[in-house]
Amino acid sequence: MKHKLLGLLRRIGLLVLVVWTVVSLVTILIELVPGDPAVAVLGEQATAEQLAQFRTKHGLDRPSFFFGFPADEHGQRHFQWYGLKNRYDDYWIAILHGDLGTSFRTDQPVFNLILERYPATIELALAAMLVAVAIAIPLGVMAGKNRGTMIDNALSVFALVGISLPGFVIGPMLVYIFAVKLGWLAPSGRFDWSDIILPAVTLGAALSAILTRMVRSSVIEELGEGYVRTARAKGLSERAVVYKHVLKNGLIPVVTVLGLQLGILLAGAIITEKIFGWPGLGLLLVEDGIGKRDYSIVQGCVLAISTTYIVANTLTDMLYRWLDPRIRVS
Amino acid sequence: MNRLSIIGLVIVIIFVLVAIFAPWIAHYDVGATNLAMRYMPPSAAHWFGTDSTGRDIFSRVVFGARISLEVGVIVVLVSAFIGTLIGAIAGFYSGWVDSILSGYIFNVFLAFPGLLLAIALVAFLGAGLNKLIFALCIIGWVGYARLIRAQVLKVREYDFVQAARALGAGDFRILFVHILPNAIQPLIVQASLGMAGAVLSEASLSFLGLGVPPPAPSWGVMIEEARDLSTLQAAPHALIFPGVAIALTVLAFNFIGDGLREYLDPRQRRR
Repeated sequence: MKHKLLGLLRRIGLLVLVVWTVVSLVTILIELVPGDPAVAVLGEQATAEQLAQFRTKHGLDRPSFFFGFPADEHGQRHFQWYGLKNRYDDYWIAILHGDLGTSFRTDQPVFNLILERYPATIELALAAMLVAVAIAIPLGVMAGKNRGTMIDNALSVFALVGISLPGFVIGPMLVYIFAVKLGWLAPSGRFDWSDIILPAVTLGAALSAILTRMVRSSVIEELGEGYVRTARAKGLSERAVVYKHVLKNGLIPVVTVLGLQLGILLAGAIITEKIFGWPGLGLLLVEDGIGKRDYSIVQGCVLAISTTYIVANTLTDMLYRWLDPRIRVS
Repeated sequence: MNRLSIIGLVIVIIFVLVAIFAPWIAHYDVGATNLAMRYMPPSAAHWFGTDSTGRDIFSRVVFGARISLEVGVIVVLVSAFIGTLIGAIAGFYSGWVDSILSGYIFNVFLAFPGLLLAIALVAFLGAGLNKLIFALCIIGWVGYARLIRAQVLKVREYDFVQAARALGAGDFRILFVHILPNAIQPLIVQASLGMAGAVLSEASLSFLGLGVPPPAPSWGVMIEEARDLSTLQAAPHALIFPGVAIALTVLAFNFIGDGLREYLDPRQRRR
């Protein structure tokens, strides 16, 4: 028990440390902008007064960190302590108050913009997972049950092709077939329930391929276990053996992969949302953030996506431990 | 080697040859627009047809292979080198060095979805080929570091390492002369999958407008330009050819990586 508690504490400690570093990295991203961020946003024509006003409003007039090495008039760099009046400190205080700053362009609070778009992205990611699972379980079981046969080989090649086809190739092709040629679905937007089909398939395709491989090797492994022999010996049909016994055990590693893949789905959603004009975090990041050089939106989106990813990973890990007692012991 | 990895190898060799001899293979200027010739279907003059501004798609796909290959090779070499160095140090010294490196630094880098970190870096640095390569190296090295760390942890327990130590060899010699040569074999699998990943990431970032700026014939840029509804309607081949090029290249590297993994890991071979 004591051992378990220590393990949990260690994990939480690491989680806090990682989140702290990720937030810190995001806050200093703006230092990477070549030249003056204010000029980058307002343009060369902006007056000195406008620039100064902009810097004050977004805290860009403050030093970026607790200390720095500014150059003096002879070009020599010296250590200088700035104290608590710095942007890093400001950013942290604001975050702890649920404030991610305001948009460089529209002055809207970034937190609200993200909150507005968040549900659409989660909806898309979950739908993509559903698509992936619905494809992967039957195909993976089929391949695993028929290991080494033509069916297995064909499914393996199919899975590799699926992994290799990026969303920005599948997506536009689906648009071409189902929107342009057949006219069954809308090419973009989020108005009707059917609008999610194409983005979900695009985003879920690669995941379904990865999962198919996972389910296959899981099924193969479990089929060699003693309990399968017992189940068969007591006269259960092959169908019941596979779907009631093998899958139940075989899905444990699949759950982990599913959780770890959520991050890849969130990152992939950036591209999928751009293809289909799906109004989620990805579109906010690409169009309003990167497209308009609205750096505060970019920072907010990166922070929101990576935090979701970290939390999802931690939850997956806990779920995995809970599902499989064998791991808990080791 | 299984059949799929041979297919993969053949595709990769063709891809590399096309990239090297691009100026002799392509027969049009990749930037030459000709509005009178826009949306032409594939023909003897234009094997892959022309795009929305009348540029020859075949020539652009051929030169696109150059960009993909350049990015892939540089990213894999640099990240493998950095990753091997850091992974070897973490695995060899263990203790607090390892706690900081693998317990903390690796986890921080793995805490970002890779593509997101690359997007964030390029969004702030500004688009461009060099910045894209830099961003892909930043997200790429961790995979190699983790792999090499695990390998070094295993190899350093072998008798010949103990023997070398008993003979008075220093840390540097033991690590680089005795351990690393015996630990880097799985690196080749990771490098092959890494090429697939780098080609895919370059195309993804270029697709998002964060990679090579538009007139350049990156496959990702070509797909971005081909996906608006009027172009899709008039010239679906403008989307299909660069799409197939990306898919085939990535597939080929994945085939090779998979084949090598099976070859190196006999446990997988039996399955």
